[in-house]
Amino acid sequence: MTTTEILRVEQLKKYFPVEKGFLERMLTLTRKFVRAVDGVSFSINRGEVFTLAGESGCGKTTTGKIIVRLIPPTSGKIFFHEIETTAAKHEQLRLLTRKMQIIFQDPYASLNPRMKIGDAVGHPLEIHGIAKGEEKKERVRRILERVGLTPPEQFERVYPHQLSGGQRQRIAMARSLILEPEFIVADEPVSMIDVSLRMTIIDLMLDLRKELGLTYLFITHDLAIAKYISDKIAIMYLGKIVEMGDKNEIFTHPMHPYTQALLLAIPVPNPERKRRIIELRGEVPSAINIPTGCRFRTRCPCPENQCEEKEPDLIPVSPNHSVACFSAQQR
Amino acid sequence: MTHVHETPATLLNVDGLTVEYWVRQRKIRAVDNVSFSLDKSETLGIVGESGSGKSTLALSMIRLVPYPGRIIRGKVTLEGEELLKLKNEQMRNLRGRRISYVFQDPMTSLNPVRKIGAHFVELIRTHEPKVTEKEALERGRKILENVGIQPERINDYPHQLSGGMRQRVMIALAIALNPRVVIADEPTTALDVIVQAKILDLLNALRDEYGMALILITHDLSIVLERSDRILVMYAGRVVEYAHSTDIYYAPQHPYTKGLLKSIPNVELSEQTLEAIGGSPPDMLRLPKGCAFWPRCYCATERCREEEPPLTQTGTEHFTRCFPEKKEKNK
Repeated sequence: MTTTEILRVEQLKKYFPVEKGFLERMLTLTRKFVRAVDGVSFSINRGEVFTLAGESGCGKTTTGKIIVRLIPPTSGKIFFHEIETTAAKHEQLRLLTRKMQIIFQDPYASLNPRMKIGDAVGHPLEIHGIAKGEEKKERVRRILERVGLTPPEQFERVYPHQLSGGQRQRIAMARSLILEPEFIVADEPVSMIDVSLRMTIIDLMLDLRKELGLTYLFITHDLAIAKYISDKIAIMYLGKIVEMGDKNEIFTHPMHPYTQALLLAIPVPNPERKRRIIELRGEVPSAINIPTGCRFRTRCPCPENQCEEKEPDLIPVSPNHSVACFSAQQR
Repeated sequence: MTHVHETPATLLNVDGLTVEYWVRQRKIRAVDNVSFSLDKSETLGIVGESGSGKSTLALSMIRLVPYPGRIIRGKVTLEGEELLKLKNEQMRNLRGRRISYVFQDPMTSLNPVRKIGAHFVELIRTHEPKVTEKEALERGRKILENVGIQPERINDYPHQLSGGMRQRVMIALAIALNPRVVIADEPTTALDVIVQAKILDLLNALRDEYGMALILITHDLSIVLERSDRILVMYAGRVVEYAHSTDIYYAPQHPYTKGLLKSIPNVELSEQTLEAIGGSPPDMLRLPKGCAFWPRCYCATERCREEEPPLTQTGTEHFTRCFPEKKEKNK
């Protein structure tokens, strides 16, 4: 595996305006924003599984959607193979997006209930003008077989409601793979699938990576699965990455207090485990009113004076490990 | 059923409970001959995939199985009183006071147009009409404090609370009348890990404090292994294994339990190879002949396809639904 960079994200931001009523809009001058993604930077090498992990509302899904250009960023740049996708338009963008696909969380909502599987999976080929007719059918069958839906002739003709959640997620995989992408954003692909079937989907993803040379951005709230699948992990909190590094670094030497609390809260399948958890004060603040200084300070077990004044940057503490916390950086 | 141990400490006893749904003139046996017992201050974990009948089982214990479900036979005995023979009026009187239920989704279980306090007043005054509104609110405040919510929040509406706080309110309502048994049905599925750990800690602490017994229903085997004394593993409406959690962990006997244990990631292990269970969960309308699990079992024999194995004792307080000669094979 060569370590060539495939994707780079620089200072990505996404602010959603808060909708207000007519009167309120007239009477107030300041507009409020939900700062869903608030300055995220990272890069992914070819063949890697890079995981964005965090609790609900931390901005991980928004980041994924911006990367595949489903929503435009407020500011920041994204480079795919050194081409700035955020500046690309029309034809160039269409060619770029062909190489980047996304798989969504809910396989019940992401397939058109009135479209047969064969048509749904083959649809991207028509949109991109790659193949139609017999050739399209042939490609669809090949890809269905590849994701383990055999015999493909049978699956081609059914509707989504006739399939189980696990099978639907395989269809979603097939549909994203048919354009032969290099990079796939997988947004919680197994969280809605039965426990006994989760591993089959994860294994399929890892097999496909080996065979087709895919690179994944894996988005999850489940750190146990993240540990199993990833090479690198970035932990997000309120729109920012607070810690990032090699999987083993993150799990063996978590440095940010948030990461530490998160890791200790994961249930461990062992009846004799003595649980110790780090108490975090309060609740996650609203993304509209992010605390000044370090955004984690309101819940941090050991805040310092400087945390209130300035925000810590994500700084490397060892070659493959960065953290955004003043006291962790000094250690 | 003979396997159920009954001791003076036994609080709740379920014997041969069977529930059927009639769907399009066909019958689905959602819960098939389930028996177990629960001691004082014990936590029983019920684990199974979606459709395995775990929620139906729990709802039938408090006689709230939704139409078109019907309890066909069985006995549910709470402190010597047979619940399935009670009049509706008596049953209503008992729910909330002696046995209570925490539902999965706290957003839909609280009335959005009434304050938290009104929920307490309604609950307490229904069961104890002599209590004044003021006294009921005062008790509500105390209970809220016990579950870690500031008493002033009793004047809030449900939408003003976060998901974790709403679930705490649900728990507060469930314990308000000091019940003997609390059934928690996927109490943390909608919550993030840190909040999940806190809620489970809270349930444990309250169990110890009030001496009540807890039934914890979840699809997450990690949670029940970590949190319960005994575990009931369900598959296709049947109990496939029932034992102390340490026995389930160290010496699982049913191939399904073994498969589940091999398919869940454990963050505390540095290297782990996970295996998926092949096939998919059964269609309850078209259950296979013989053992319900054989199409997915790695060691199914001719006999498994023909006849269903009974739940037999395979160790000290350990019950497994699998043919004995097979178990030697699948070591």
